[in-house]
Amino acid sequence: MNLKRRLGSISLALLNHGPALALIAIVLLFTIADNAFGSGSFFSGRNARVIINSAALVAVPALGMTLIIIAGGIDLSAGTALTLSGTALAIAFRDYTIDAQAAGAGTWIALALLGGLGVGVLCGLLNGIIISVTEMVPFIVTLGTMTIFLGLGQVIADESTVYPQTEHLPDWLRYLCYTGSNEERYWIPFLPIPSSGLIAILLGGLVAALLRLTVFGRNIVAVGSSPSTARLCGIRVGATTVWVYALAGIFVAVGALLYFANVKNGNPSDGTGKELEIIAAVVLGGGSLSGGRGSVSGTLVGALIIKTISSGCTMLSIPNTYTHIIIGVIIIVAVLIDGLRNGTPAWLFNRLGRRAD
Amino acid sequence: MLEVSGIAKRFGATVALDRVSLAAERGRVLALIGENGAGKSTLLKVLSGAHQSDSGTMSLDGQPFLPHSPMDARRRGVAIVYQELTLAPDLSVEDNLLLGQPGTGMGMLFRSRQRERIGEALRQVGLPHLDPKARTGDQSIATQQLIEIARALATDARLILFDEPTSSLPAADVDRLFQLIDDLRRKGLAIIYISHFLEEVRRIADDYAVLRDGHSVGSGQLEQISDEQIISLMVGRDVTDLFPTVSHTIGDPRLQVRKLSGSPIPSDVSFELRRGEIFGLAGLVGAGRTELLRCLFGLRPARDGTVLLEGRPLPNSVGRRKQWGLGLLSEDRKTEGLAQNLSIIENLAMGNHGRYSRLGWLNLAARSRDCQRWMRRVEVKAENGQQCVDELSGGNQQKVAFARLLAQDAEVYLLDEPTKGIDVGTKSEIYRMMGELAAAGKTLVFVSSYLPELLAVCDTIGVMARGRLTEVRPAAEWNEEDLMTAAVATPAASEETEFA
Repeated sequence: MNLKRRLGSISLALLNHGPALALIAIVLLFTIADNAFGSGSFFSGRNARVIINSAALVAVPALGMTLIIIAGGIDLSAGTALTLSGTALAIAFRDYTIDAQAAGAGTWIALALLGGLGVGVLCGLLNGIIISVTEMVPFIVTLGTMTIFLGLGQVIADESTVYPQTEHLPDWLRYLCYTGSNEERYWIPFLPIPSSGLIAILLGGLVAALLRLTVFGRNIVAVGSSPSTARLCGIRVGATTVWVYALAGIFVAVGALLYFANVKNGNPSDGTGKELEIIAAVVLGGGSLSGGRGSVSGTLVGALIIKTISSGCTMLSIPNTYTHIIIGVIIIVAVLIDGLRNGTPAWLFNRLGRRAD
Repeated sequence: MLEVSGIAKRFGATVALDRVSLAAERGRVLALIGENGAGKSTLLKVLSGAHQSDSGTMSLDGQPFLPHSPMDARRRGVAIVYQELTLAPDLSVEDNLLLGQPGTGMGMLFRSRQRERIGEALRQVGLPHLDPKARTGDQSIATQQLIEIARALATDARLILFDEPTSSLPAADVDRLFQLIDDLRRKGLAIIYISHFLEEVRRIADDYAVLRDGHSVGSGQLEQISDEQIISLMVGRDVTDLFPTVSHTIGDPRLQVRKLSGSPIPSDVSFELRRGEIFGLAGLVGAGRTELLRCLFGLRPARDGTVLLEGRPLPNSVGRRKQWGLGLLSEDRKTEGLAQNLSIIENLAMGNHGRYSRLGWLNLAARSRDCQRWMRRVEVKAENGQQCVDELSGGNQQKVAFARLLAQDAEVYLLDEPTKGIDVGTKSEIYRMMGELAAAGKTLVFVSSYLPELLAVCDTIGVMARGRLTEVRPAAEWNEEDLMTAAVATPAASEETEFA
């Protein structure tokens, strides 16, 4: 009996930090495997920077997705909205012909950024309005807008990839996703963390504060946990939904900016499939697709887990196809384990207990 | 034909049925009568094979009858027409009639063989011209009800159970249904008819059986018993519960409801409430009491009528009405009243967060302090405010839901079945709190199906039947029999009621 209780409390403590512990375990596993069979470069500062940068590209839009999922929704259009917004940015920088260092460039750059951000916010706003006005299932609505955004992107890009001239980009934008060895390119001197990673952490802090410390944040949790209870309590469920999707649109737009800074071109078709990676990060971090539950730190770690696995597999020369399989298995196992925390670990511990008796 | 004797059924600690006996005979209609929660539905489920009884015996035509599934019961010739329609709206009439029919081999349908049978069943229920290929959901409610009966007939049912079949029917179609039941009776079928409405029972049934609190309390021929005797059989329980009362005085008028109508219910409801008044609403389930409260609170659109609070018309949204001092306690604690997966504090503060915030930012300490105060005020038994609501007992959950109205500082309390499914001790605590609120000058509307508590706690009691508020009197001028009589009476104006 005593043993059973102790097992229970230990495992609960483990489950509460599940995603972080899983990340540590995965890093350890790949480090050992890489040292034995690979080049030994997995556990290095440079590779850490690469992983952090690519994780940030997923994590930033995933922060918006965390809000949506906590509110009981889903956004399948996040991927194509991201590349639509990124393509708009790329077009703005392609059609603009003054060097970034020239006088008067600042205004134009600000306009271009605002335009790109605006596209993302409009995408989110459109999702939110359709969902709350028609009361259709978010899955269906965003399935539709996913294709619409893809098509829109292809229209404005003339069905090709948009390449702006690199000298038109301001330095800070060009090095937003820099992972090289020149320490002067990082925001914090002598601490080489990619700027994209810092942005993800900063925005994560803001979202966590929003969820925990604001009336709006608590209303999001209420709407996601039980919409009928929220309605009973006088919370405007429809308006809250619209705001959540619009806010998520901002994160998609910032994600687009990072993505653009990373690849320095705009390809509207790049976004297909990204939404699944974004949703996977939220779910790995403990988000529940039935609403009311999700964690900012979990989402950030979830994005890191996905990118660590891809990076590790690359280092070990495991083909991409197997990487997909591994990540898929990990998502399912993670949600299964997470179910123990939320539901009844009883079935498991009853078995352990019976054996211990 | 059907003999039931000594049936008992318990769910965990709850005794749903205890030594229930009845007999249904060929060519006769047996009316099964009882209050909400008397065990009628459970008995129906045992008869249909959806539940198995714990003890007792049943026999059909002298053979032991212990159906282990609804399919098994149907094979023996026992069919049920449920209160809520159980037809699949997207299937054709024919497909619905075929659902669960015998005559399928190895999962294959032999339609041609069954079409004749279906046609015959539709003729019998008076729908000979209905296209069997028509989509079921496109038919009117009354036609769907007839299709349900046709489904029972198509299985060669010998005993048909009707579970409050008129609750979803307009008055004209009720006549048609009764004509049909009469035909079936003449063909020699046995019929069990469940209803609250004594007028209906008188019109259609030959025999009666009354259930109360899971017991059989009387049965016989309807000719030999008066309505008053049936009602006293239905309600005749001892009033041993404690109803703590707090003396309070009734003040100025506060809430005026004039000709309030929803679609389709409530219908043309007018009343007035004063400060310090506890207004009880009696009536059967489905009489429109819940709908009236939800119309008042703004959760259900009103078609017509005005509601004045302190002489001013109410704003539209739930949020604004809350600010004006209205508070609703939902009858559905599990899915609406509380967010089950959130903590006590989250539930208490839900919708009241504005009180603990400045410019949208929360003061978590103030929120926690305030919620702890309300938890102590209603004496919630929990480890702490962080505990998840679904770990609490029903009574403690209800206290949390009640405390949210207190935290909201409501002036008009709309309480929908506040004591449903909670223990006696918590019930009396809720009566006491209601009395204290009235003493503090608040106005309370108390919907309940439990008559003794209405009589003990309320100042004024109104009765609703079929969407209308039929009669309002001071509580002292009511007794249980009168309330039940008023609740089961069909209001004279019900023919005009629009059932959309």
